Amino acid sequence: MTTKVKLENLNVHFGNTHAVKDVSIDFPENSVTAIIGPSGCGKSTVLRSINRMHDLAPSARVTGKIILDDADIYDKGVDPVSIRRRVGMVFQKPNPFPAMSIYDNVIAGYKLNGKVNRSEADGIVESSLKRVALWDEVKDRLKTSAMELSGGQQQRLCIARTIAVKPEVILMDEPASALDPLSTLKIEELIEELKEKYTIIIVTHNMQQAARVSDFTAFFYLGELVECGETRKIFTTPDKKQTEDYITGRFG
Amino acid sequence: MPPEATSQKWNIKTGLNGDFIFKGITVVFAFSILAILLIMVYEMAGESLPAMKKFGWRFITGQDWDAVQGTFGALPYLWGSVVSSVLALLLATPLSIGSAVFITEIAPKKFGGVIAALVELLAAIPSVIYGLWGVLVMAPWLQQTVQPFLIDHFGFLPFFQGAPYGVSMLAAVFILMIMVVPIITSITKEVLLAVPQSQKEAAIALGATRWEMIRMAVLPYGRSGILGAVILGLGRAVGETMAVTMVIGNTPQISLSLLSPAYTMPSVIANEFAEASSKLHSAALMEIGLILLAVTLVINALARLLLWSVTRKQSGGGL
Repeated sequence: MTTKVKLENLNVHFGNTHAVKDVSIDFPENSVTAIIGPSGCGKSTVLRSINRMHDLAPSARVTGKIILDDADIYDKGVDPVSIRRRVGMVFQKPNPFPAMSIYDNVIAGYKLNGKVNRSEADGIVESSLKRVALWDEVKDRLKTSAMELSGGQQQRLCIARTIAVKPEVILMDEPASALDPLSTLKIEELIEELKEKYTIIIVTHNMQQAARVSDFTAFFYLGELVECGETRKIFTTPDKKQTEDYITGRFG
Repeated sequence: MPPEATSQKWNIKTGLNGDFIFKGITVVFAFSILAILLIMVYEMAGESLPAMKKFGWRFITGQDWDAVQGTFGALPYLWGSVVSSVLALLLATPLSIGSAVFITEIAPKKFGGVIAALVELLAAIPSVIYGLWGVLVMAPWLQQTVQPFLIDHFGFLPFFQGAPYGVSMLAAVFILMIMVVPIITSITKEVLLAVPQSQKEAAIALGATRWEMIRMAVLPYGRSGILGAVILGLGRAVGETMAVTMVIGNTPQISLSLLSPAYTMPSVIANEFAEASSKLHSAALMEIGLILLAVTLVINALARLLLWSVTRKQSGGGL
């Protein structure tokens, strides 16, 4: 299995806080890797360095390498915008654009590439919404506001918006933590399907979810990578005592 | 009255219930504002009755304003007020939104803060100072530089015909624009600051540049608030008296040309109330005041209607 994203000695500082310490890890292509760990362990910070989201925070400093395919995305001269088109992101709270219709939300990111003609846009909207299993629910009201959807539908809309850009990697930051169990189930089924085409890295604080959806699991604690490996192994026979304590619920 | 209501009103220990008194006081205060408005409208309507009786609708459609002859038509003043305010707003809105976007999204935090403080300082300058600057500095500049240029190059348009007087509709438009920019900018700034980080991140994560993020996430999210800011600016522009009176030239005429002098409703009231000796003249001024009040109320009502329809479409979510 080839490596899609490779972190080499990644360190992230926020001002004087050392949030991520010397992390090296491989994320295999077309698979789901879950990042787990207690709150404040740096798992979201790691995730957000993979699409250079920290560029927005003036106090953040990222050192080390993140190699996407074969090039370091933090190299001088790399345009973060081009990286973000290859590495999409889904957030914890559904964040569709409230002033846009369902249709416009889906096509919003794709339109950034330039002018899109009507039939092309129609096709992308339909295929993206079908991929997230939202098409049948919204096809008769594509022009209504995205805010009229339920929370779970909004999150699937956000995933559709992300895949409409045709990324290679999708980062998910606790994508189901704000949703009810049924919507969570739908998102998890969706993740399972999406990995055929995309490399998925998902941060979750729900260990059952990590066990259900992921092929590989990485456990973080206090900004350090404690252990990573196949999900089955991490959840049954982890190498480190700390990992075992965490997944059996003894702390965290 | 049911028994529990009475027991709430009276407290065994202290006599009167504090909450009841407080509620009563706030109700009185709230209604006194409404009462002041109603009394004002009533008084103004009563005072303007002679003019209403004599001219009827011709007061609004008439263009002659002659205190000696006793004919009063307010159309030139209405025209002057509406045109100067709307044009000023058309110029001020893009300028203000641009400044607000710069302050909140583009400038480094400290620098943006300094600019924002300066902008707010502009809003605190008394309007007579704007007027003084307008008539002593801006009007001569307009007369010698801007208006001749406009006449030479755009004189074929009806908007730029006639002689360059300096004091003119154009001067009023400029001075109003300068005066409403700080208001619209500082409110728009607050609106933009309220746009959630998650909206900006959504755009950035889709591969938007900073400008695309502003266009896609920031401005649409804040549009109802920005609209409110613009409407507040319009309210200020329509009611502005002093500065406009000093630069508009105070000539009651309706001309398409921005170079010719004009007159506004607040200006005519300010200029003529002292010398309004006849009953009819003061009644006419009072009726202009009433129209001004009605115009501002209609502007505000329209704005609320607009805001309401925009926010209603977005309701049900994070807004």
